[in-house]
Parts: sequence; structure tokens; C-alpha cells
Amino acid sequence: MSESLKLSLDRRDGLAIVYTDGYINNQGGEEIARVAYELIDEGYKKLLLNLQGTKIVNSIGISILIEIIEKMIEIDGSLAFCYLTPTIHKTFHIMGLAQYAGIHEDEPTAIRALTAEA
Amino acid sequence: MQEITLTLPMLRDLELTASKTACAIGEHIRMSPDKIDEVRMAVVEACINAFEHSSATAQKVELTFTVLGNASDPKGLQVTVRDRGKGFHPELVEDPNLEAKMRPGSSKRGWGLKIIRGLMDEVDIQSSREGTTVVMRKLW
Repeated sequence: MSESLKLSLDRRDGLAIVYTDGYINNQGGEEIARVAYELIDEGYKKLLLNLQGTKIVNSIGISILIEIIEKMIEIDGSLAFCYLTPTIHKTFHIMGLAQYAGIHEDEPTAIRALTAEA
Repeated sequence: MQEITLTLPMLRDLELTASKTACAIGEHIRMSPDKIDEVRMAVVEACINAFEHSSATAQKVELTFTVLGNASDPKGLQVTVRDRGKGFHPELVEDPNLEAKMRPGSSKRGWGLKIIRGLMDEVDIQSSREGTTVVMRKLW
């Protein structure tokens, strides 16, 4: 049984949005990281992960997201999430991710928050 | 239906089979969707811990889903995840701290037990050289 994560991108002025569709496990996390690092190399410093299509993640996938957050901090960038399920939101809270990444209810709110940052 | 047992081989993504079973039982006993989702995630984490850390010769995990109370008046759902691996000392597992893990070069892993304890109402772990049993309860 393999549950491949699908990703799609929306590049905007100064901000890139990565849409996830499926289970974020270690392979899914690595795929998100691959895309994120490519966007960083393209010069994007503001990334939004829209998780509306993701109903479940595992801690290995999240640990890879932490690596992405670390990279964003290194380049003085910002990472945010939106459309987390209540359980994923609670899990991120358990882990303390909100200290390092924005967590927003929906995409417009997340975009406003990211673009308001210097 | 009071108890369901499931044996899963330790194969990639098979933790999702366990999580789907948890969902089905949770829906059957009319647990709230949010609680079902929390059970589902905890089950995923418990399975992954067994897959990754047990080093079990018999590459399988045994799960038991038990309705607490009775079918007409359930009090919650208990999930037991058992492996026959090498065991570990739960009391020695460091509580992960994100600030420490954000330091360059630090491992970002090690969140499974913290997530399980944060999502479930009661967690009991028994472990020895004969294996590990994680008992998790989500109450009404």
C-alpha cells in the first residue's frame, strides 16, 4: 500500500503556495522539502503550505517540515500553514510549531499575515 | 462489537490500515469526529514507533481495539499496539523540545510518544526484551 502525496504550486509576487493532497509521511515530507528548497533557490522567502487536502500527517513528515522551517529561519524567511485539521493543529501545538511558523485558518488570512511581514 | 484485533506486517503506510480501523470503530460507537481523528493519529504514531524502533524479528504489529463500557453505552475506545521487539525504557525517552531541535545539526525526530500522550486521554506503556505494549484510551 502506497499513499503518494501530490503537490501543486502557486507562485505569486514574493510568495509561493504549496498545496498538499494526501498523507504527509516521510516520503511526502521529503517531497515537500524538495519543492520548498527549489522555491528558496528561486528566491522565495515566504512560503505557505496549504494543507486543505491533507487529513493526516505523521511525526516523521512533521520532522521534515521542521527542517524546512529551520531553513526559512536561516534565510530570514517565513513559513506558514493554513487549513489544518483540528487534530493536525493540536499536534502542531503539542510540538510548539506555532513559535516558529504561522498557523492560519485559511489561505487569505495566511497570505495577509505573510505579506504584512517585512 | 466489543473488541477487534488486527495484525499488520511492518510495511510502509500500513499504519493507515490501523488508522482506518480506528475510524470505523469510532464511527460505529458514535465518537465525535475530532476524537476519532485524534485516535487515528495516535494509532499512526504508535504503529510507526513499532515499525521503526522495535527491531522485531517477527515483522508484525498486533492491534486490539476495545470499546470501553458496552455497545449501547460506550465510554470510550482503547487501542493496544503490541510488538515482539527488543523493548525500550519509556522513562528514559527524552521529552522533545522544539527549541533544542531547531539548533543546526540537531535531530528533528523523536515526537511520537509526545504526540500520543498529547492526543490520547490515557497512555500506558509496558516494555521488556520480549516486546512493547502501548495501551491508549480515548474517553467520552
